[in-house]
Amino acid sequence: MKLTVNGVEREVNAPSDMPLLWALRDLLGLTGTKFGCGIAQCGACTVHLDGTPRRSCVTPVSAAAGKKITTIEGLSSDGTHPVQRAWAELDVVQCGYCQSGQIMSAAALLAAKSNPTDADIDAAMSGNICRCGTYQRIRSAVHRAAELRTSA
Amino acid sequence: MSAPTTPSRREFIKTGALVTGGLVIAFTMPGAKRYARAERTPPGPFVPNAFLRVGSDDSVTVLLPHSEMGQGIWTALPMLIAEELDADWSRVRVEHAPAAPAYAHTAFGMQMTGGSSSTWSEFDRCRQAGAMARAVLVAAAAQRFSVEPLACRTENGVVISGSKRARYGELAEAASKLPVPKTVPLKDPKDWRLIGKPTKRLDTPEKITGRAQFGMDVQFEGLLTAVVARPPVFGGKVKSLDDTKAKAIPGVRAVVRVPTGVAVVADHFWAAKLGRDALEIDWDLGPNAGLDSAAIREEFGRLAGTRGTTAAQAGDITGALAKAAKTIEADYAVPYLAHATMEPLNATVRIGPSKCEIWTGTQFQTVDQQVAAKITGLKPEQVEIHTTFLGGGFGRRATPTSDFVSEAVQVAKAANAPVKTVWTREDDMRGGYYRPAYLHRVRISLGSDGFPTAWQHAIVGQSITTGTPFQAFTVKNGIDSTSVEGVADSPYLKSVANHRVDLHSPKTGIPVLWWRSVGHSHNAFVMESLIDELAKAAGQDPLEYRRALLKGQSRHLAALNLVAEKANWGTPVPQGRARGIAVHESFGSYVAQVAEVSLEKNAIRVHRVVCAIDCGVAVNPETVRAQMESGIAFGLGAALHSRLSFKDGRLQQSNFHDYQVLRLNEMPVVEVHIVPSTEKMGGVGEPGVPPIAPAVANAVAALTGQRLRELPLTLPG
Repeated sequence: MKLTVNGVEREVNAPSDMPLLWALRDLLGLTGTKFGCGIAQCGACTVHLDGTPRRSCVTPVSAAAGKKITTIEGLSSDGTHPVQRAWAELDVVQCGYCQSGQIMSAAALLAAKSNPTDADIDAAMSGNICRCGTYQRIRSAVHRAAELRTSA
Repeated sequence: MSAPTTPSRREFIKTGALVTGGLVIAFTMPGAKRYARAERTPPGPFVPNAFLRVGSDDSVTVLLPHSEMGQGIWTALPMLIAEELDADWSRVRVEHAPAAPAYAHTAFGMQMTGGSSSTWSEFDRCRQAGAMARAVLVAAAAQRFSVEPLACRTENGVVISGSKRARYGELAEAASKLPVPKTVPLKDPKDWRLIGKPTKRLDTPEKITGRAQFGMDVQFEGLLTAVVARPPVFGGKVKSLDDTKAKAIPGVRAVVRVPTGVAVVADHFWAAKLGRDALEIDWDLGPNAGLDSAAIREEFGRLAGTRGTTAAQAGDITGALAKAAKTIEADYAVPYLAHATMEPLNATVRIGPSKCEIWTGTQFQTVDQQVAAKITGLKPEQVEIHTTFLGGGFGRRATPTSDFVSEAVQVAKAANAPVKTVWTREDDMRGGYYRPAYLHRVRISLGSDGFPTAWQHAIVGQSITTGTPFQAFTVKNGIDSTSVEGVADSPYLKSVANHRVDLHSPKTGIPVLWWRSVGHSHNAFVMESLIDELAKAAGQDPLEYRRALLKGQSRHLAALNLVAEKANWGTPVPQGRARGIAVHESFGSYVAQVAEVSLEKNAIRVHRVVCAIDCGVAVNPETVRAQMESGIAFGLGAALHSRLSFKDGRLQQSNFHDYQVLRLNEMPVVEVHIVPSTEKMGGVGEPGVPPIAPAVANAVAALTGQRLRELPLTLPG
């Protein structure tokens, strides 16, 4: 099966029902996308399929074939995507485990809504659990990333 | 998490648990190699002690003796070293130290992270380590400049004497040949440049790009993945096993029996999980097949009505209660809770003829090392632990049994291959080691002035340290200090002439463990709710009532007064809202919070939390603020949602859909204020948790008149 991950075409020998998450992590070595719950309840595994945020833990790898898959590793080449810059500026992370998923959800939100309201952030980000409780900084950082995007 | 808390921490030191007299800085530099890391730094050449090395490229690499699990010590401990070293902060790199005696906790005697203790326990050792290195670099520069060391000063990674300058990197080679002094004087606090300055986290670049290595991310050639079938009831055993279907799944390499169950070992997680699900196992459920939350609660209630072991007493409780004109009686209850770290448990193990390597996020390196040595027949020093970042800890990665690490060693041994044992979320939630459920039964009499004259308090719940190696330090005369902390030693109780605290520590068969803030997680809820109940009965303002009872408790009062000022306590709140207040000391820090709540239909909505903390010197105020925000979110999830329950021996919850935690849309605005303080240092990882549940419960009572005495807080109807 051929997958296009972060702009590169990769061949994977995966059973078709294997979740995309495990194809990325265990077959392609892209471990930035995290396993948190396995049932689309926590958002740690969020990736983009053709720009849309998807929970890779419940997305069969076969459903991702032919689509553009973007993972945290491909969000920017050097950690300078506006969301990443805002995350760094506001010192958002703690343990960090959920943050790949948080950042991918935030990046998708901003791509769809360049200036999201708090209600937009609630709607887009409440599916991403952070047990360290970095939510207040996440909210501020999404707003900050929106500013960085427009000023860039 | 915590190991022993304030009273017992002192006990540790008093009993001399490996701590003798002054500070000892180990000079041995274990042959450590950090597991794969993007920003790998060249070693040495200047290795003044076990905690840092200075490279010829001017890099300063800190070997972190504690585990980074979000709490920010990856930044705060290097700040201590860099302060005394006068290092160029932009050249500081961090690695987790290997498991070795040099990195034993300065108070607890083993390599571990917990008890909100990393910063205070390293405050002297890390500064000394930096100061020693600086002294040698200065000596090397003095030789090069042909001046006296006293004629040299240091600044930002450079030694300067007059017009002469030498970077640390240039001096590293020469410094490595000079003797290292045993002790050197430390800076006067007025000269600190880093300590006390809000400083950005050093682990951010890795954690926002997906490069950070967690235990789950460990991969190398030949590594297999295992998923383990464990009994559906604690203490169950395999009666019979049919693994035919599991072995037929492509990618499954082996099915092996381990003491905890049956492991399916495969090329990758997905095959291992499908294999595990395909196992046909007939379980002998064992003695806990009847576990039932309602029955446990009933039994706790029965015990609460009997005399337990006395944890604290003064005066004549029976006489005083008999004479009382006005009494308040209340039962308070909290449920079993899971830590539910975002990264499910996992550990990777490779066993060779003369060494066992373990890659995992752990809070208990020394225990893991000893347990792995026992299983493999190797010596503890032959067990190499590569500590990765922890995807959350909260105490779950500090099991005295080393449960998830020992099981992974058993799997690798049985499979005779390097194996990463991965827990699914369901495995993690059902795997035990919970915050124990507790029931408190309290009877308090009030005098004519509205203040308590007698306070009878029974606490019923499992001991988390009895039967573990920690028992020697935490259990005295039948009282586990972690069960009664915050009650038996409460400053409120000290002001009550007649009081008695009884403890019952029943056994249930449910494995229990410290959960972020330990006994304080339930005891503060009870005590701070009760104080509000008493204030109401006395017709007094909850803040003024606390101030009166806490007279002379200067640090409680400092936090309380600051939070009251910043929250505008006593001023009108928006329509439909009310405020609640709480203050609690834990892990040596004093935290007060004011929560502002409203009701949306019947759901409690927390809009804003103002928090004040006195933790002594705030090494990195940014970390202190982040940890207060974090503790509030963690505690609020438990206050509003989280609950585990048992029926027919089985846990009824399995994942985040039925074990709810706080989500972003429920996060209040949190404002943190730090009391300027030079008092004895406390911790910050846990102390933010205890006050939030009572602050919210008190606000709900102020808003609705309804006193909620159980967590999670639920309004009837």
